[in-house]
Amino acid sequence: MIRRRTRLVIGVTLVALALLALPFALSAAGTAWVRITNLAILFVFLSLGLNIVVGFAGLLDLGYVAFYGVGAYVYALLASPHFGLHLPFWVILPIGASVAAIFGVLLGAPTLKLRGDYLAIVTLGFGEIVRIFLNNLSRPINITNGPQGIAQIDPVSIGGVSFGDTDVLLGLTVSGPMKHYYLLLLLLLLVIVVNLRLQNSRIGRAWEAIREDEIAARAIGIDTTRVKLLAFAMGATFGGIAGGMFSSIQGFISPESFVLTESVMILAMVVLGGMGNIWGVVVGALLLSFVPEMLRYTVVPVQLALFGKLLVEPEVIRMLLFGMALVLMMRFRPAGLWPSSARQREFSIEKMKS
Amino acid sequence: MDTFLQQVVNGLTLGSLYAVVALGYTMVYGIIQLINFAHGEVVMFGAMISLSVISAAAGSNLPPLAIVLAGILVAIPACMGLGYFLERIAYRPLRRAPRLAPLITAIGMSIVLQQLAMMIWSRNILAFPQILPMVVYEVAGASISALQIAIIGVCLAMMGGLAVLIYRTRLGSAMRATAENPEIARLMGVDVDRVIAATFIIGAGLAAVAGLMVGIYYGLAHYTMGATLGMKAFSAAVLGGIGNIPGAMVGGLLLGLVEALGAGYIGDLTDLCHYKIFASALEERCSGGGYFVLFGSNYQDVFAFVVLILVLVFRPSGLLGERVADRA
Repeated sequence: MIRRRTRLVIGVTLVALALLALPFALSAAGTAWVRITNLAILFVFLSLGLNIVVGFAGLLDLGYVAFYGVGAYVYALLASPHFGLHLPFWVILPIGASVAAIFGVLLGAPTLKLRGDYLAIVTLGFGEIVRIFLNNLSRPINITNGPQGIAQIDPVSIGGVSFGDTDVLLGLTVSGPMKHYYLLLLLLLLVIVVNLRLQNSRIGRAWEAIREDEIAARAIGIDTTRVKLLAFAMGATFGGIAGGMFSSIQGFISPESFVLTESVMILAMVVLGGMGNIWGVVVGALLLSFVPEMLRYTVVPVQLALFGKLLVEPEVIRMLLFGMALVLMMRFRPAGLWPSSARQREFSIEKMKS
Repeated sequence: MDTFLQQVVNGLTLGSLYAVVALGYTMVYGIIQLINFAHGEVVMFGAMISLSVISAAAGSNLPPLAIVLAGILVAIPACMGLGYFLERIAYRPLRRAPRLAPLITAIGMSIVLQQLAMMIWSRNILAFPQILPMVVYEVAGASISALQIAIIGVCLAMMGGLAVLIYRTRLGSAMRATAENPEIARLMGVDVDRVIAATFIIGAGLAAVAGLMVGIYYGLAHYTMGATLGMKAFSAAVLGGIGNIPGAMVGGLLLGLVEALGAGYIGDLTDLCHYKIFASALEERCSGGGYFVLFGSNYQDVFAFVVLILVLVFRPSGLLGERVADRA
C-alpha cells in the first residue's frame, strides 16, 4: 500500500517537473511551439467544458463556440483601447464567465425540453446567431467593431508583472508565451480538479442518469430540466473563461475565430478521446491540437519533395483529419480512444440488441 | 416600386428553393428519424458540378438552355451517387447505434465533403457564367425575372413529381410503409435497406437541381454555401413539421417569405428615428432625414434561426406535423 503511494507521489512529481520544464525545451525548438502548446491547453480547456455538456449530460451542443466567443469579447471590450477600459484580468475573467453562463441559461432554458438531435440543430443556430451579431454590432453604435475585430487587447498582468513581455528570472529568460503557459497550466489543473469533483458529485451522477435514461432519471426524482440547465451553464462558464484567456493571449480577436468549424473541432476532440472521460478528453484535445501542427511541418516539405509543389494545404489536411476522426470514431470505436466505463457499456449494449 | 410585392416575389423564389432542399431533410427524417446533416453539402456539390459543366460549355455555340440542361444532367447522377455513398458510409452502419452517433458522423462527413470541394474547386468564390439572358417583367409595380419564374416553376414541378412518386407508386408506398414502421414493412416484404437508400438518392437528386438553381440565382458558388443553406432548409422542414412532405413545401415557402419581408422591413422597423420617444433623444442623428437603424438587412440570416427556435419551443410538431416531435 505504502509502496504504491510512494510510486504515485514519484510519478506525479516527475510529471509535474516535466510540465514545468516543458516550455524551456519547447522554446529551444522555437517560440512558435510554446504558442502552439498554449493553444492546445486552451483547447483542452474547451473540450473539458464541452465534455460536461456532451459527455456527462449527453446533450449534443454544436454552438459551444458561442460561449467561447462571448467570453473572448467580454474580455476584449473591458481591456482594450476600443472603449478605453483597462480592467485587471481577475475582475474581467469572472465577469466573462458569468456572462457566458447567462448566455448558456438563455439558450438552454427554452430548448432543453427538446430531444437530442433537435437540440443539436438549435444550438448550431444559436452559435450562428451569436456570430452574425458579433459581425454586425458595429452599427449604429460600435460595440464589437464588426469583422475587423478588436485589437490591442491588454495582456494579463498580475502584481505589476505583465504577461506580454519577456523577463529574466534567476538567470532564465522567461518569454511572454512561457508565462502564459504557466498560467494556463495552473488554470487547467484547477479545471481538471473541478471536473473530477463534479463527475463524482451528486450533480455528476444526476447528469449520468439523465444521459442513460431521462425518463428513469425523472422517475427517481431528478429535476431534469434544472440539472440539464446546470450542465449548460457550467459548460458555458468554462467556455467563457477559455475565451477570456484566448483574448488576452492573442491580443486580437475577430468573429472569424468563433465559427461553426471551431465548434466541430472541439466536438471532435471530445469524441476522439471518449465522451465523458476526463483524461480521455484531455488526450483527445492534445492529439488533435498537436498532430495537425506536426503535419504542418512535415506535409509541406514532403509534398514539395514529391511533387515539386504544394498540392494539399496543411489547413485542409487538418480539417479532413477532424472530419475523418468524427466518422471513423463513431463507426469503429464509438466510445472513444479512452472510453469511460459507463459509455463503453452503453455502446456495447446497443450492439448486443441488434 | 412596391417594396412589399417585390419582397414577396423574392421570397417566393427563395422559398421554393428552400422547400426543395427541405424535402431532402424531411424525407430522410420521416423514414429513419435522422437529421441528414450533410444534405447541405450535397446541394453545394450540385452547384459546383453544374458550374464546372456550364463553365466548360459556355464557350461553345450551344443554346444556353441546352448548356444548363447539360449541367443538370451531370449534376443529378453525381449527387445521387454522393447521396447513396453517404448513406452507405455514414448512416447504414450506425442504424442501431445511439442517436448521437449518426449525427456525429454526419457532421464529420459534411466537414470532409467541404474540404474535398475546396480541394477540387479552390477556396475562392466562383462566379457562375451569365449565359441566361436577363429578361425582366414588370407586374403591378414589382419586377420579376424570367429566371425567378423558371425557378419557382421547376421547384413546383419537382414537388408535384415527388408527391406523385410518394403517393402513387409502389416505391412511394414502400417508403410510407417504412416510415410508419420499418419492422412491419420488412415483414410485408419491403426491402427496407433499398427503400432507405432510394430516399437518400431521391433527396440528393432534388438537392442537385436546387444547387444549380441557387448558383444561377445568386450568380456564384462557394464550398461553404451548403452549410447555411442546409441550416435554413432544415429550419423550413421543422417549420412545416419534420417528416411531413407537404409541410416541407409550405415551410420552405413561408420561410422564404419571412426572410425576404424581414430583410425588407427590419431596417425601417428598427429605425429609432421613427419612434417619438427616441427621436427627441437622438435629435442630432435623426434631424434632416437621418436614421438610427438598430438592425439592418445584414441580419437576414438570423431570421431562419429565430424561426427555428421559436417553432421548436412553441410548436415542435411544426405547422402540419401530426406526429408530435418526441419530447424527451
